[in-house]
Amino acid sequence: MAKAKGNIIIDIEKCKGCEICMDACPEDVIAMSKEVNNKGYLYAVKIEDSCTGCTNCALVCPDAVITVYREVKKKKEQVAKITNVTGNITVTVDK
Amino acid sequence: MSVESLEKIDTKVFERPTTLIDTEMHYCPGCGHGVAHRLIAEVIDELGIVEDTIGVAPVGCSVFAYNYIGVDFSQAAHGRASAVATGIKRVLPEKYVFSYQGDGDLAAIGTGETIHTCNRGENVLIIFINNGIYGMTGGQMAPTTLPSMKSTTSPFGRDTKSMGFPLKITELVAQLPGTYYVTRQSVHKPLNVRRAKKAIQKGFEYQKLNKGTCFIEIVSNCNSGWKMSPVESNKWMDEHMLAYYPLGDIKLPNDTEA
Amino acid sequence: MIKLMKGNEALAEAAIRVGADAYFGYPITPQSEVLEYLAREAEQKTGMVVLQAESEVAAINMVYGAAGTGKKVWTSSSSPGVSLMQEGISYIASAELPCLIVNVQRGGPGLGTIQPAQSDYFQSVKGGGHGDYRMIVLAPATVQEMSDFVKLSFELAFKYRNPVMMLTDGALGQMMEKVEFFEQQERETLDLDWTTVGKPPTRSHNFITSLHIKPDKMEEVNIHLQKKYKLIEENEIRYEEIMCEDADYIITAFGLVARICTKAAELAREKGIKVGVFRPISLFPFPYEQIKSHTGKIKGILDVEMNAGQMIEDVKLSVEGKVPVEFHGRMGGIVPTPDEILEALEKYIAGGKL
Ligand SMILES: Cc1ncc(C[n+]2csc(CCOP(=O)(O)OP(=O)(O)O)c2C)c(N)n1
Ligand code: SF4
Ligand SMILES: [Mg+2]
Repeated sequence: MAKAKGNIIIDIEKCKGCEICMDACPEDVIAMSKEVNNKGYLYAVKIEDSCTGCTNCALVCPDAVITVYREVKKKKEQVAKITNVTGNITVTVDK
Repeated sequence: MSVESLEKIDTKVFERPTTLIDTEMHYCPGCGHGVAHRLIAEVIDELGIVEDTIGVAPVGCSVFAYNYIGVDFSQAAHGRASAVATGIKRVLPEKYVFSYQGDGDLAAIGTGETIHTCNRGENVLIIFINNGIYGMTGGQMAPTTLPSMKSTTSPFGRDTKSMGFPLKITELVAQLPGTYYVTRQSVHKPLNVRRAKKAIQKGFEYQKLNKGTCFIEIVSNCNSGWKMSPVESNKWMDEHMLAYYPLGDIKLPNDTEA
Repeated sequence: MIKLMKGNEALAEAAIRVGADAYFGYPITPQSEVLEYLAREAEQKTGMVVLQAESEVAAINMVYGAAGTGKKVWTSSSSPGVSLMQEGISYIASAELPCLIVNVQRGGPGLGTIQPAQSDYFQSVKGGGHGDYRMIVLAPATVQEMSDFVKLSFELAFKYRNPVMMLTDGALGQMMEKVEFFEQQERETLDLDWTTVGKPPTRSHNFITSLHIKPDKMEEVNIHLQKKYKLIEENEIRYEEIMCEDADYIITAFGLVARICTKAAELAREKGIKVGVFRPISLFPFPYEQIKSHTGKIKGILDVEMNAGQMIEDVKLSVEGKVPVEFHGRMGGIVPTPDEILEALEKYIAGGKL
């Protein structure tokens, strides 16, 4: 099965650069910045697109600076079942 | 054939809990206090009990817990948090009351209050952050400091002959009929964070049953006091602290009822 | 309702009647009757929480927690136990929590004796705990006042958000006297904006703390407290003057001792010495001006206490050296007799000291 797709947003100004998220990430998505933030810490940055949205980094973050997004596979709701159609028909569904 | 489609990566699966006040915490980088605070806030949010919860902050690094967890809070004298929690709970028995205490606070200066609060079976939740050291005052020996572990007041390592042994107060309170749920958790790895959160949730929920004290130890790091990097300190904790303080439930509600 | 009662029991009954919400205490002679009486009576009568704590340290911190919810909370103890409470009292004063603490004093220092004394005047009035704080200190002289001052104490405690101490002694606690109680009051929940009772959506969270890391903030808090204490000094001075109008000599004494001194003053008057008694009722705030107002009319003051001389320092401050102040005291749990007080007074007069 293909891996899930995810994304993280890091509040870099609140980050204290403890590196625990980096250690916790199974996909090596996170690295430390080269520059410091306003507080003087090297902060966590996302360097890879391989995030799966597993939330591991956010779970261990002591400063709650990471928000995690995940691609959610949703079954599209079936609105109509059309059988035995030979010609062209258009079905529109109001959102 | 069912039609599947992928939505964009825009479903938030993790964010700061609202009850965790949007401010910078004063803790050292990587300190477990921050995770523990967040878990408490998450549980309070998820249970929808912000209006009904009163916290008690100790003297120790977490003295400012009231600046971070957005529920009504009382700061307590060193060691007396569980007595303060008792006072609050006795006059407001319908509310959720928890104390948040370090090892020095709970297991040294406040041992008497801890034992007797548990022995009376006060319907409060005690959250005990065991980092094996006095963080706030700069890394002195705690009752929970491991044998041979160095601190500023055991510079050659804790010599159990003269300094006594690390106190497993959690096992001790589990012996008391007044405690309802006693567990030891940690917050240094994702899996442990998940478990700790479940424990905290139970600790709050059980208060409604009026069956006794819930006591949750969280073995934590103090990278400043231990003089290690945050990542190193978590590894050290894993190898040494958890060997002495094994994780897991020590007393489950069924044990009491049986 | 008039009853014949021990001082300690009157105290407990008054607390039930005033609608107190909680009492936390630890047994110590000579005031254990308080907890015993409450354990028997309080729960059924009003539902007051009565809890025997594991120590006075725990008790005062339970008071701190419960007082933070805006409930009427109190504790009582005797000297060694009150010593243990000092850290908590300092926190309570700093966090501005209303509560009542009763000290049924016994002789010290140390474990001392279970007999009555007044040797905790300094501790109660001048500090005891750390930091610049004040308690309102009331000294009853009768069992009646032991009851009345419970009500007064809670009124003052809530009016000023300040701990109130009732400073009494083992003799008053143990002696039986007639007491007329006020009517039973309902327990009520006051609508206060600073309490930790659970945060409604309409306000941000409250917290009770005495921690102010930044020096300027800590000084600001201190200035606020000092302003409050000044206000208390302006408004809450209480005292009693007995036969002072025509007096040549005044005896200053507080609590039960003032009653013994009144007897001594009567004996003196029988001998033709015009003696009055000035009884400070509020020890903080102290009636400095009221004592001073007598200095033009009297020859001297005899201060009598059951200690080595504590309140005398405030009496001396009051008179600003304008009249001589001498001292007669008994220590270790001995209660002075009217005769010995009169004898002491006569000796000072004969010796030209007064
Ligand atoms: C009566 C009293 N004694 C000592 C102190 C100093 N003190 C403050 S925090 C602390 C130790 C805190 O250690 P712990 O409870 O383990 O908390 P941590 O900082 O490690 O989280 C001490 C001794 C104090 N504030 N009050
Ligand atoms: S001193 Fe230790 S316990 Fe305190 S904030 Fe720093 S790491 Fe945490
Ligand atoms: Mg500690």
